[in-house]
Amino acid sequence: MCTLEKRGDLFLLTLTGDDEHRFHPDTISSVLSLLEQAKSQSTRGSVLITTAHGKFFSNGFDLAWAQAAGSQTGAVNRMHQMVESFKPVIAALIDLPMPTIAALNGHAAASGLMFALSHDYVFMRNDRGVLYMSEVDLGLPLPDYFAAMFAAKIGTSIAKRELLLSGKKIKGEEAVALGIVDSAAHDSVEGVVEATVSLGESLAAKKWNGEVYASIRKSLYPGLCTMLSLTAKIAASP
Amino acid sequence: MCTLEKRGQLFLLKLTGDGEHRLNPTLLDSITSAITQIRSDPSSSQSVLITTSHGKFFSNGYDLALADSDPSLRVVMDSKLRSLVADLISLPMPTIAAVTGHASAAGFVLAMSHDYVLMRRDRGFLYMSELDIELVIPPWFAAMIRMKIGSPAARRDVMLTAEKVTAERGLEMGIVDSSYGSAAETVEGAVRLGEELVRRGVDGHVYGGMREALLKQVLHTIGSNESVSNRMRNSGSKL
Repeated sequence: MCTLEKRGDLFLLTLTGDDEHRFHPDTISSVLSLLEQAKSQSTRGSVLITTAHGKFFSNGFDLAWAQAAGSQTGAVNRMHQMVESFKPVIAALIDLPMPTIAALNGHAAASGLMFALSHDYVFMRNDRGVLYMSEVDLGLPLPDYFAAMFAAKIGTSIAKRELLLSGKKIKGEEAVALGIVDSAAHDSVEGVVEATVSLGESLAAKKWNGEVYASIRKSLYPGLCTMLSLTAKIAASP
Repeated sequence: MCTLEKRGQLFLLKLTGDGEHRLNPTLLDSITSAITQIRSDPSSSQSVLITTSHGKFFSNGYDLALADSDPSLRVVMDSKLRSLVADLISLPMPTIAAVTGHASAAGFVLAMSHDYVLMRRDRGFLYMSELDIELVIPPWFAAMIRMKIGSPAARRDVMLTAEKVTAERGLEMGIVDSSYGSAAETVEGAVRLGEELVRRGVDGHVYGGMREALLKQVLHTIGSNESVSNRMRNSGSKL
């Protein structure tokens, strides 16, 4: 399902297998547990890189599992359960005491895109993979903390509209132009991973204090932190 | 510490001496005093303020060595800078920072507290140094950065990589309005811009009120550390 590997200063979180890496209560719980592990093992200069195998980074929540409840009410409850249990994953990333980089091997949709955007840096492929907020097409409302993430990370009204309201499948070049991702320069998974490892190593070399890093990250996104019930540590200023 | 000169309708505030112009209580009081003097000038509402400095530094931030020797001064410096920035935000005239040297942390915030930032491109950088020196960034600094830097990626680069922002990068990020080949040219550029703004003939009180409205979120985060005299001054310009 997912693995955590250490390569020098770098923690590599990988969503394994050739499937859609849908977020289901079990995957959510596994990812959360691995993030907590990375946090507990973090030192000065630690960096997290998150990637996945196959065609998908993540295609969002496990809607089939929700439907399998057998009733409308059951499905709604299961959706609600996934939305609520996913929030701590996002909070864990925003609170993680190290720089975080998402290396998108393929498509990122809905909560999968949310997962990607929760990282400090997002790299995607130039040749394959799209970003897709499917909610508008599926008739699903956007959870409040999702909306807060987009408000925090997406700068222009046009980009917000294209991503959230248009149901567009956004490819690498456009994603960079809209300011949604940092890079779509590479034509292969290997290229993207190599680039993120390179960035990771240069960030690791700074040997930043992870607690300070996390605190500064949180002060970049006060509205989002309120939604995630994260408080920035207020310390003396000078 | 700092000098104040009047050239026609332009007020030139200069941080003097070849040092780092660290924002210790004495310098902060000196700058605040100069701003008070500017406010009390009868023609202030048809004027422009230009802030610049001598030497290698615009300002290298708070006096951290002083804070280490007397931790109670941390709060004093933060409080005085909050008051000064609130003062600049309500000032009834356009303000220009002519950045002729490095501006770090609180010094970067001081530069950003001006309506226009002009910078030399041959030397010097803007630098939120806190991550590199293991200090957290005060919420009100982050609020100023959110107000003055539009792109989330640029804000991340400034705060979360402690990028040393050159004039060229500053122009890209929208922090810097224009860049110049030397310190002298930067000041000349500020004077030219100042004279153009004077010629437009805006009513400074209306201008100051509009700036306060625009920067309301920053003022809110600066909060109740405003001095009493600032609150009294601001009440007149709120509509």
